[in-house]
Amino acid sequence: MSKDNEILEEFTSKEYEHGWSVNYEADEAPIGLNEDIIRWISAKKEEPQWMLDWRLKAYRHWETMEEPTWPNVRYPKIDYQSLRYYSAPKQKKKPSNINEVDPELLKIYDRLGISLNEQKRLQGIAVDAVLDSVSVGTIFKDTLSKLGVIFCSFSEAVKEHPELVKKYLGSVVPATDNYFAALNSAVFSDGSFCYIPKGVRCPMELSTYFRINAANTGQFERTLIIAEDQSYVSYLEGCTAPQRDENQLHAAVVEIYAAEKAEVKYSTVQNWYPGDKNGKGGIYNFVTKRGICAGNHSKISWTQVETGSAVTWKYPSCILKGDHSIGEFYSVAVTNNYQQADTGTKMIHIGKNTRSRIVSKGISAGHSQNSYRGQVQVMKRATNSRNFSQCDSLLMGDKCGAHTFPYIDIHNSTAKVEHEATTSKIGEDQIFYCNQRGIDSEDAVALIVNGYAKEVLNQLPMEFAVEAQKLLALTLEGSVG
Amino acid sequence: MLSIKNLHASIEGTPILKGISLEIKPGEVHAIMGPNGSGKSTLASVLAGREEYEVTEGEVSFKGKDLLELSPEDRAREGVFLAFQYPVEIPGVSSTNFLRTAVNQVREYRGQEPLDAVKFLTLMKEKMKLVEIDQKLLSRALNEGFSGGEKKKNEIFQMAVLEPSLSILDETDSGLDIDALKVVANGVNQLKTKENATIVVTHYQRLLDYIVPDFVHVLYNGRIVKSGAKELALELEEKGYDWIKEEVSGTAV
Repeated sequence: MSKDNEILEEFTSKEYEHGWSVNYEADEAPIGLNEDIIRWISAKKEEPQWMLDWRLKAYRHWETMEEPTWPNVRYPKIDYQSLRYYSAPKQKKKPSNINEVDPELLKIYDRLGISLNEQKRLQGIAVDAVLDSVSVGTIFKDTLSKLGVIFCSFSEAVKEHPELVKKYLGSVVPATDNYFAALNSAVFSDGSFCYIPKGVRCPMELSTYFRINAANTGQFERTLIIAEDQSYVSYLEGCTAPQRDENQLHAAVVEIYAAEKAEVKYSTVQNWYPGDKNGKGGIYNFVTKRGICAGNHSKISWTQVETGSAVTWKYPSCILKGDHSIGEFYSVAVTNNYQQADTGTKMIHIGKNTRSRIVSKGISAGHSQNSYRGQVQVMKRATNSRNFSQCDSLLMGDKCGAHTFPYIDIHNSTAKVEHEATTSKIGEDQIFYCNQRGIDSEDAVALIVNGYAKEVLNQLPMEFAVEAQKLLALTLEGSVG
Repeated sequence: MLSIKNLHASIEGTPILKGISLEIKPGEVHAIMGPNGSGKSTLASVLAGREEYEVTEGEVSFKGKDLLELSPEDRAREGVFLAFQYPVEIPGVSSTNFLRTAVNQVREYRGQEPLDAVKFLTLMKEKMKLVEIDQKLLSRALNEGFSGGEKKKNEIFQMAVLEPSLSILDETDSGLDIDALKVVANGVNQLKTKENATIVVTHYQRLLDYIVPDFVHVLYNGRIVKSGAKELALELEEKGYDWIKEEVSGTAV
């Protein structure tokens, strides 16, 4: 093995940082999945009948569906009857604000470096903290509500804003959309809800931090973001999970609705437990994320830095329905050891003069497999629509794989669609060049990888960008050579 | 400063260097010349610590330390600089960012405080003038889309910023037109002090019109077969390398 590969290996074999877990008394659903379990979850959450009906409908549809096999990933068959679909930390009384939340639970977030103390936050970032199946608290709620911005847990929204939830839930990702979306629709337990009224530019970043703690439990959260005319919001999502030998399922749904001239920026730094060096354990991350640019001149921008999970299956997409609407997808997906990722986007051009831009940067190391899968669809009515796609793959070492599956489907002759793709290897030459200037190999790889991913990292909010840069280096630590 | 004794090195089992000895003192400029395939670039790579080459025999000491024991980055931090024949492109990483990382790692190794952004930019500005390099080039990604001349200039600029005690210029003249050659040579000459030394590896005499060597060594078949003053370079230019080859095979018989 060359020196290059040795350093690569060393660099990528660094241990996962957030692998710890804590013990707390939990309120759990019995193991297994059937209509009674769904009724149990709905009752636990004190939901109205319409919500339960929606769930049951989704469940009945799910039962008729088959788990998809088309993604370029391999994992043992999941036994959906052996999972637990609800687990929540027991709290003596329902906290009405963050100060009443059990300090032990807040400590979990402190340890993750997420302060839920409004005074302690350096920058105005409102956080909704979701632990296993429930939201444990949301900060800056009051500040935001003065502007008419609603930012709360999904359960709360069902109770407090049923008219909004009823109107938009499932409007972008129908309950029957796909296997995992249907499963999520049946059993989702919590998540974040966010509503930006007409003409409001949300003054702070909104963020949700997802943490899985319980063993043998799936996390099924749902996020719904509604941006009314001429509003703006930037939304961040972060996630971690303990290190466990068994695989855990995470099947989330995110829906975004953007009205006329509204702009939504959605950024994710995904760092679920990726499994150990030999591919044991790790999160199955099967996520459906979709936004609709419903109004003219609206814009939805997805930025994702994917470093975690054993298996990822995720295609944040944009339906460009409004004329002149814009969809963007910026992605860095890193896989190491035995991780597998099949990720990309769908841009569906329906309105006239719609534009989309896809920048995907895959980085594969170790024995991992990294696939980009993207679809650009231009409908009949979408005159003068344009797409630009750029898919780059970077390989570290010679045991990993990078794959690209672009699909282009054009029904309007005025459309302009461009696709560029490159594959490169971190060369021994590049590392030696850095070494010769006094830079050690680990820093050389961090430098090279961050340079490669720069276009995407630049899209992230400042605080996140720094975090993401460190995470990239950390994920690949031990993989260079 | 640098003392090479009976150095043997091979790549994938094929011997390339077959017993090189060389003494270099501070303030000296040594030119290593020789026909293609004689081992010139291998010598440069071995001194810089390139992994593919295996040192099979001999010793190299640099400022009293065993150079061969040091990792490539530590050699650089000790003050060995290699101007690459083919500088490498690193997309997305600006020259400025790259150099700042390098300078601060070198400083850390030497127990110095890292340079802050302002001090670093001041240093850059000062060195930019010295090697006549355009600032625009430095904000672009390292060597990406640079012309041959720009890449070589950038090497000399990095050398200026890192202030090495031993600079090895590996075929720095290859692919340069006469104007670029003058700029590069001028940069090297400006950086010359009594304390540092330079090894110029070249095939042609042309560069030595501008960087005047104190000693010229002719490398042939992995050995230094002739050493002399700068006039030797002129003689080689005139007669080519064949007479050396003949001389060598003559002594062998």
